[in-house]
Amino acid sequence: MEGLIPYITEPREDTGLTNGKIAIWLFLASEIMLFGAFFATYIVMRLGAVTWPRGWEAQNVPLGTLNTGVLITSSVTMVMAWASLERSDLKKFQMFAGVTVGLGFAFLCIKYVEYTSHFHEEMFPWTSTYLAVYFTMTGLHALHVISGMAVNGFFWLAGRSYWDAGERQLLINRVENAGLFWHFVDIVWIFLFPVLYLL
Amino acid sequence: MQNHPVSHPAEIDRQVRGYMVVFVALIALTAVTVGVSYLHLEVHNAVLVALAIAIFKASLVALFFMHLISERHVIFLILAFTVAFFLVLMFLPILTTLDHVHV
Amino acid sequence: MEAHGEDMPAKTPGHAPAAHEHVHEELGFLRKYVFSTDHKMIGIQYTVTGLMFLFFGFCLMMVMRWQLAYPGQPIPLIGALLGDSRAPGGVMLPEFYNQLGAMHGTIMVFLGVVPIGVGGFGNFVLPLQIGAADMAFPRINMASYQFFVLGGLVMLVSFFLPGGAAQSGWTSYSPLADINPGQTAWGFGMVLIITSSLLGALNFITTTIQLRAKGMSFWRFPFFVWAQFVTAFLLLLAFPPLEAAAVMQLMDRIAGTSFFLPAGLVVSGQLLPVSGGGNPLLWQHLFWFLAHPEVYVLVLPAMGIVAEVIANNTRKPLWGYAPMVYSILFLGFMSFIVWAHHMFMTGMGNAMATFFQTTTMIISIPSVVILSALFLSLWGGSIRFNTPMLFALAFLPMFGIGGLTGLPLGLASADIHLHDTYYVIAHFHYVVAPGTIFAFFAGIYYWYPKATGRRMNETLGKIHFWMSFIGMNGVFMPMFWLGLAGVSRRLYDGGASYAYAQHVLGLNTLSSWSAWFLCLGQIPFFINFFWSLRSGEAVDRNPWQATTLEWQAPSPPPHGNFDHPPVVYRGPYDYSPAGYAEDFAPQTQEA
Repeated sequence: MEGLIPYITEPREDTGLTNGKIAIWLFLASEIMLFGAFFATYIVMRLGAVTWPRGWEAQNVPLGTLNTGVLITSSVTMVMAWASLERSDLKKFQMFAGVTVGLGFAFLCIKYVEYTSHFHEEMFPWTSTYLAVYFTMTGLHALHVISGMAVNGFFWLAGRSYWDAGERQLLINRVENAGLFWHFVDIVWIFLFPVLYLL
Repeated sequence: MQNHPVSHPAEIDRQVRGYMVVFVALIALTAVTVGVSYLHLEVHNAVLVALAIAIFKASLVALFFMHLISERHVIFLILAFTVAFFLVLMFLPILTTLDHVHV
Repeated sequence: MEAHGEDMPAKTPGHAPAAHEHVHEELGFLRKYVFSTDHKMIGIQYTVTGLMFLFFGFCLMMVMRWQLAYPGQPIPLIGALLGDSRAPGGVMLPEFYNQLGAMHGTIMVFLGVVPIGVGGFGNFVLPLQIGAADMAFPRINMASYQFFVLGGLVMLVSFFLPGGAAQSGWTSYSPLADINPGQTAWGFGMVLIITSSLLGALNFITTTIQLRAKGMSFWRFPFFVWAQFVTAFLLLLAFPPLEAAAVMQLMDRIAGTSFFLPAGLVVSGQLLPVSGGGNPLLWQHLFWFLAHPEVYVLVLPAMGIVAEVIANNTRKPLWGYAPMVYSILFLGFMSFIVWAHHMFMTGMGNAMATFFQTTTMIISIPSVVILSALFLSLWGGSIRFNTPMLFALAFLPMFGIGGLTGLPLGLASADIHLHDTYYVIAHFHYVVAPGTIFAFFAGIYYWYPKATGRRMNETLGKIHFWMSFIGMNGVFMPMFWLGLAGVSRRLYDGGASYAYAQHVLGLNTLSSWSAWFLCLGQIPFFINFFWSLRSGEAVDRNPWQATTLEWQAPSPPPHGNFDHPPVVYRGPYDYSPAGYAEDFAPQTQEA
């Protein structure tokens, strides 16, 4: 298989793209449609509901805001991780990659606190359509955070062996593509947060 | 030829400065959107304001963190069609119920 | 590459010269045949598995057809084997009839036609036709096949779960599907199948854009490649909303949510203990958002196959290649904004009904352009009536009937009378059964020599063709009359208990006997397929004297496909070029 498939590390001249770059954007396009279906569900549920809580009535806005800040920061550290590799600074990459994973973990912890507090107040997915939408959308988003953490965690740990084996451009490309996924997860939250907490 | 400006330390430094500006903007906009929510606007107004801010924030992340601003046409084209179909999915289902037959 | 690519005729198939003499040990049986990452092996796996599911789905229907022809009669041969939960005394229970119906549709669409058309033909032919060594992501390709098999197994196993398999139609409408047995397995199966398609789609698109050979510009693509390219976008963007809907239906079933359950639902005299507030129509929107583009996923690869076979067997270029390409792109786009023509009877007001009716009428135009171009391509051709060509030719009027009968369904007012009747069943089967499946047969007979190094037998092929042609029309043509008379689909007794249907009930019997005849007609195909592997006439690289790149590679192509990376100098259908001794010029031949 080695050498059979071109444009993994270097881009193809006429498209200017590597295979992985196109593939990750295609994947994100499908994810836009996936979350789109859930946002469409939210619209249909809300407009068809007899009553629907205002965001601040059902959610802890300060905690949600904190989580928003956590994810935005993690997007910065993610892109800085990539930039560090471009500057050939493996140590900085490892630092930023580790922080990104850590911030993802922080996000999940805050989510855990929110969920358990809801359960404590007898607020479950089956209690109302608002909660069904809330738990399903944030749950799916959380699954994406976990996936992103797994991928970023892998490169955090494996970065050195790519570097030492001389596969630097491959690592740079893969981290950039992983970053694109992570930024997408951030963008979903940028919409999810106001929709569920502030409206 | 890479499709993003690369390898020259000056280029990266410039980009990194850009990331910091975007970061500050995102935090500021988050504060604004949360602040506005405390005004407890009517739902239809609240939606417009919140969505406008969210779209702007998302655009910053997409254009700068995701390098879309310097990305190739192919990618833009794919995204443009995706966004179009996303909007179709947002609006058409609910439109069919707003226009429904009253029996 | 030499002009005709026949410098080394492989008289003994399977011993084609190796493309790369890498230091490459022979792969073991498992790595070569089961866990392969080679697109050709994966394509064959998809095709064989897909054909098995297609036949199984056909068998489900043949059992249903007994009940439709002879309602309430014990099923011969297998009635006793089905057991009391399905057919006490050999007489099919309505619940089992519904399982057969829902699973027939699900299996044929998701486990038969798409895996063969996209997973099978797409995987095998596309990299070869663009001059690539393999797909861009060979391991993702293998994973995509594995997800398909897993999803298929879940669907099969569901027949043996308590309550049986899904039984709410392949369309799985809520609220029934929220509470009926079998639907949970269906939902999990669908998630696996959708994952397979999404992985495949991004592989196909990336490969087509990035791995084209030198000189293979988009406007030199064979039409088959365009068809697969557009199909991949349909899969990529239309499947996720169904995945979302399946997750929500699973949540309704397992977590007690009410995404699709309205308030006040009473089941068996009891108020359902759920929050309510959900919307059953939301399921329909999300389902049809996928399922309409899905029907183009079913037919576009078929159109691609037919285009290749017709160009090759008329010995002239396709007429209207450019309009066909623009049409298929336009069709792909439009397919996302017509879906609610499946929902005209749900209480939509005039404005939205008009919108969807209009877009539906518009989308028929590119289909007509493509079909007309294929018809016109026959004019002035030196037609070779081999088996692939017979199936490709038959596709044209069969798909034509299917397409034209779709028009009254797309008009909201006519649909009032025809919705959910046998007319709909006849319409969509014409496009996909004597339509797409005939195209698949054409493709199998056409590309079998490339995959195996041997031809299939022509006599058996022609018997297969004529029996299938007669059988298909015998099954589905009567259904138009059944539907126009008002007989609903999914009726357990085929309309026998309705006074208005009595005068057309005989048509059920005609359809059933035609279906069993159609089954007999597949026997020559089975025999031919397996017998030819050993004993078919051996061929060299280009037994059909074709122009496209796959015929420059050995038959079968080795890992890596081509002796040297091909360079493309001309368009895909340079047949009967002026001033040439041969009646075709391969794409690799310099001007």
